[in-house]
Amino acid sequence: MKPRRGMAPTAYFWLLAAGAYFFIPLLATFLFSLKANATGKCCTAASYTWVIHNGDFWHTLKISVLLALETIVVSLLIFVPTIYWVHLKLPRLRPVVAFLALIPFVVPPIVMVVGLLDVYRGTPSWFYAQPWGFLVAAYVILAFPYMFFSLDAGFRSIDVHTLTEASQSLGASWPTTLLKVILPNIRAAALAASFLTLAIVMGEFTIANLAAFQTFPRFLQYVNESQAYPAAALTLMSFALTWGAMLSLLLVGRKRGTRAAVLTGAR
Amino acid sequence: MAPEALRPDVRSGRKRLSLAWLATIPFFAYTLLFLFLPAGSVLLGAFKGVHGGYTLANVRVLFDHPYVDAYKTSIEVSLVTALLGGLIGLATAYAALREGTPRWVRSIITTFSGVAANFGGIPLAFAFIATLGSIGVATQFLKNQLHIDLYGQGFTLFGKTGVEIVYLYFQLPLMILVIAPAIDGLRQEWREASSNLGASSWQFWRYVGLPVLMPSILGAIILLFGNAFAAYATAYSLTSGTVNLVPILIGAYYTGNVLDNPHLAQALAFGMFVVLAVMMMAYIPLQRRAARWAK
Repeated sequence: MKPRRGMAPTAYFWLLAAGAYFFIPLLATFLFSLKANATGKCCTAASYTWVIHNGDFWHTLKISVLLALETIVVSLLIFVPTIYWVHLKLPRLRPVVAFLALIPFVVPPIVMVVGLLDVYRGTPSWFYAQPWGFLVAAYVILAFPYMFFSLDAGFRSIDVHTLTEASQSLGASWPTTLLKVILPNIRAAALAASFLTLAIVMGEFTIANLAAFQTFPRFLQYVNESQAYPAAALTLMSFALTWGAMLSLLLVGRKRGTRAAVLTGAR
Repeated sequence: MAPEALRPDVRSGRKRLSLAWLATIPFFAYTLLFLFLPAGSVLLGAFKGVHGGYTLANVRVLFDHPYVDAYKTSIEVSLVTALLGGLIGLATAYAALREGTPRWVRSIITTFSGVAANFGGIPLAFAFIATLGSIGVATQFLKNQLHIDLYGQGFTLFGKTGVEIVYLYFQLPLMILVIAPAIDGLRQEWREASSNLGASSWQFWRYVGLPVLMPSILGAIILLFGNAFAAYATAYSLTSGTVNLVPILIGAYYTGNVLDNPHLAQALAFGMFVVLAVMMMAYIPLQRRAARWAK
């Protein structure tokens, strides 16, 4: 067979077809977002100004960002010490932790929220009636697989034993070792896990909707139902958010060859 | 060097080991509280009666209308989008990775797939409403420029077909992401060898390419099935909660304040567990059969 010069015709076909399928909805949303609300005619930026001047937009966006930050902090507090300890002292426990951390990947969020609502109905209202309690508790579970895989890979790429011994023989306490020696070395992995968690929380609708908490995706849904053209502007902004989180992830992980990740919860 | 060599206490120190367990308690406690308790409550709740006691009534109701129809629609949508997404994704991934395709195309496709596989839910639903909805850009273009009236011919985005079209938007890139490493493993020499022996392109795929890829393809399709089966937000937003899918039905119990029998929602959730488990079970023998060819 002689070496091929240029692309195969079937390759052209499939790439163009897939490209069109992916590009057309984005283009259509953009064109839609430029239409005037009253007349449906092009072109105006009114939809974007509507979004920017909407109080609920900023309010729900703030809630979702804060929820994401809280979820990231809680997840890191749970996972960094656990994975550190498993790598340092309990290597035989690693498959168990990996298995448990993977479960949320196969349990549909809709099933998870049914169970959570059933178990925690009737708990104190500071937990059950607050997004900072109930919703974050659920989101930490959604973040489990991503936290585990990022951090586990991060810990595997450093020499935990030598770092710990060096730090302790210089007189550092356990918290100092963890914060000042280990954490800087797994910074990239922790950042990657955080970006993934941010993307999950900013897009999560299922649990927030069933538990009736006002988050950014629920605001999006509300606008979808009531304001067609501003909804297009919001959709693009939301895509940009996902895009940004995913690209930051790739940039952070470039050195370690991190593969792209697939999130649960948003669908 | 094994790390244990530096740390004799890892292997021999029993006292240290008993203390070492303590540090993992927060993780295991969290898993118990927010993963196992809720899962257990769904499994048990599915078999609880409204007035206490255990019953099979909730699960039996799943075989009546409209519940059994919801399962049928959910399974159908998941199968169709998994198979179509799998096939088109495979073709696209191969087109992007094969010899002759410039490297920049390849990196654009893989980067974009990594992002697009995560486009989902409310924004994705709206992007398609803006495209193929009744006043969508593509719908209007077809109507005004090409005189094809989609909605006049009975097409609607807001039903099962629409949900399938939209789901493909995240199924396809997911397939590309998952199958790309396997395609990279298909060696150029195999193609050349079969071509030298006089095989056509079809024969190469029939006897070499597909058998080698089959275990990965099956695994990816199971993943895609689960991905579509669990989806809620996209279909809810697209159809305003009117399409009869199992997740939508469960959701309606909680958002619509019609919770006369909470155990029915749990039974529906339990049914989802069962369908996913059956898919996994079916995957194991299929995978074993397919893996035989890979040797």
